[in-house]
Amino acid sequence: MNLENLTFKGGVHVPHHKDLTERIPLKRAKEPEMVIIPLQQHIGAPCQPLVKVGETVKVGQKIGQAEAFVSAPVHSSVSGTVKKIAPMASPTGMTVNCIFIESDGKGELHESVKPKGDLESLSQKEVLEIIKEAGITGMGGAGFPTHVKLSPPPEKKIDTIILNGAECEPYLTADHRLMVERPEKVVLGLKAIMKAVGVDKGFIAVENNKPDALKALREVVKNEANIEIASLKAKFPQGDEKRIINAVTGREVPSGGLPMDVGVVVDNVGTANAIAEAVEEGKPLFERIATITGKGIKEPQNLIIKIGTPFKDIIEQCGGFNGTPGKIVMGGPMMGLSQYSIEVPAIKGTSGILVLSEQEAKPELVQPCIKCGKCLEVCPVNLQPLYLSKFSLNRRYDRAEEFHVLDCIECGSCSFICPAKRPLVESIRLAKREVIANKKKAK
Amino acid sequence: MDNTLIASSSPHIRSEETVKRIMLDVIIALTPAMIGSIYFFGFSAFKLILISIISSVVFETIIQKAFKKEVTVNDLSAVVTGILLAFNLPATAPWWLPVIGSAFAIIVVKQLFGGLGENFMNPALAARAMLLSSWPTLMSNFIAPGAVDGATSATPLSIMKYGASDAAASATVAEAGNTLPALKEMFLGNIGGCIGETSALLLLIGAAYLLIRGVINWRIPFTYIGTTVIVLLLLGTDSAQIPYHIFAGGLILGAFYMATDYASSPVTPLGQIIFGIGAGLLTAIIRVKGGYPEGVSYSILLMNVATPLIERFTSPKVFGEVK
Repeated sequence: MNLENLTFKGGVHVPHHKDLTERIPLKRAKEPEMVIIPLQQHIGAPCQPLVKVGETVKVGQKIGQAEAFVSAPVHSSVSGTVKKIAPMASPTGMTVNCIFIESDGKGELHESVKPKGDLESLSQKEVLEIIKEAGITGMGGAGFPTHVKLSPPPEKKIDTIILNGAECEPYLTADHRLMVERPEKVVLGLKAIMKAVGVDKGFIAVENNKPDALKALREVVKNEANIEIASLKAKFPQGDEKRIINAVTGREVPSGGLPMDVGVVVDNVGTANAIAEAVEEGKPLFERIATITGKGIKEPQNLIIKIGTPFKDIIEQCGGFNGTPGKIVMGGPMMGLSQYSIEVPAIKGTSGILVLSEQEAKPELVQPCIKCGKCLEVCPVNLQPLYLSKFSLNRRYDRAEEFHVLDCIECGSCSFICPAKRPLVESIRLAKREVIANKKKAK
Repeated sequence: MDNTLIASSSPHIRSEETVKRIMLDVIIALTPAMIGSIYFFGFSAFKLILISIISSVVFETIIQKAFKKEVTVNDLSAVVTGILLAFNLPATAPWWLPVIGSAFAIIVVKQLFGGLGENFMNPALAARAMLLSSWPTLMSNFIAPGAVDGATSATPLSIMKYGASDAAASATVAEAGNTLPALKEMFLGNIGGCIGETSALLLLIGAAYLLIRGVINWRIPFTYIGTTVIVLLLLGTDSAQIPYHIFAGGLILGAFYMATDYASSPVTPLGQIIFGIGAGLLTAIIRVKGGYPEGVSYSILLMNVATPLIERFTSPKVFGEVK
């Protein structure tokens, strides 16, 4: 089976800008004085706080309990005292209940943080339980609770796990550095996932603009019969779940379906690393790797940051702003979320903080659509963004639905390529919300 | 400082592509043929092109001001229309012909229907059709390049259709063949015809540029020309005459520069192929069976009108869609 230069139809070639940080080794961020830990950092139900104001907590201690199945617990990233539990803006744009903890600077580990034993000796159920208790959620951005993803209903037969190391977003190099510096963790995480789902075929798929990562991973898996490394063409949105499945296995996830419908589970390499740490060290998800980058940052870096550290503190450690910042984005520039404040805390899904200069952030003049059709050419789902956008702007959500608006993955390739700088994906997103809301109303 | 941050929906970066750049690319692609037309037809070609461009830009400015809309001549689309309209005129055309033509193209076909991107027909072609039906003699008064005395000269297509001895429809194909210009002359553009359509070579250089730059794709031009050739052969055209059909009339200009007009051709890949086939079919039929020696403009205009219908039935299959 040829696993070189795999890809999908459509997509765009984006300027990578990865040279800012791709060769900078991982560095631990300085201990924050105060962390703000949101009780909902994932898709699903919010957690209930387990601690009270004034209580002392330790690193890795569970402070938020998940009561629903589709949820994930949260843990303290510092040792110190709970100062306040109050609602606050999260970088996802929602206002959520947060636990404010003042660090005592000692970084004392909680007694629950201890190795869980050899992966070989653990049962499938135990692995799943470890992942659930460690509060692991998808670290590529969406933040779906990982244990849910790894527990497909019995009628869905899973035969393949793909670890997503595409990192197709421009600027971000967090996954890249992880794969270069800790390839054995990534592979161990993959093995744990394969065990949890009961699958014996695993792939790690990486865009070929990261040859050092491919080399490091290949070295680690050279004696692993069940794990293969696939190189992908560097093209956006190669890291989208359905695109990566298509590139690696040739399977097409049906419209409206999930990867498990074609027997595949996809997890991010960062998630695999978190799983490896949870198994090996008993470490819950309280810190992560993030790329702090962009023209608007003085010293771009790849930092290991504690969940709950305010963006402000993180940016300060990278030399602060380079001039007046124009836009601050959590994640990459194609799908990341822009922030209106730097008081927000880093969460499990903070793969990066991108600061664009004033010049780069300036909105461009929107011109009329010239029907050049470039948006159709690049759409990885074969949609017709120009018409979807037109229907949305004319509030013809019914027509948008006929044109398969719900299949849009919101990758933004259409808006990126549009010569008239039209807000294509932006308006399509709106139509999606409306169509979904109308469906709910009709029920 | 927080309130100076821009917060918006993703994506947060945009490509370098702009509407103006696309229009500029088209102008660059048309430049060799423009220089060629001035070389072959002299000052009259230069004059017509200049008048046509200026009047297109002026009419766009006037009408947008009158409609109290933003003036968008900066996007260069009016310049493209002006050049293409001039390319569709014979060198003998009086100065007011491009003025009236561009008024019709810009005001009626383009701006009354909503401006750039909303025109349902190619503005330059629609204007040509209007001029041809209003001033048929002026519009088909072709001269050979360098003809100092202004003596009229038949185009290769009319020679093939009507024979060399004026318009006597009785001339045989063989007889016509004897008076056709040499292939090389025709390919270079040293023949009678509209000022911009005669040099296949220079138009193809520009077309290659547009294809490489990704401004146009292969679907419409290649299926268009291919279908024209196949249908001509099916209709019994002598294969020796095929090169004349491809290079002599407006087929190259039409297929690469007019049929590919974004607003008036389908955006769907399959739709573009159907558009090309349809235009090719019509062109061949008009040339062989119709009343005119040339059929490119009417074929494209007819397909322009069919475009919304074609698009409706050619939506691409969505990824993962089960039909």
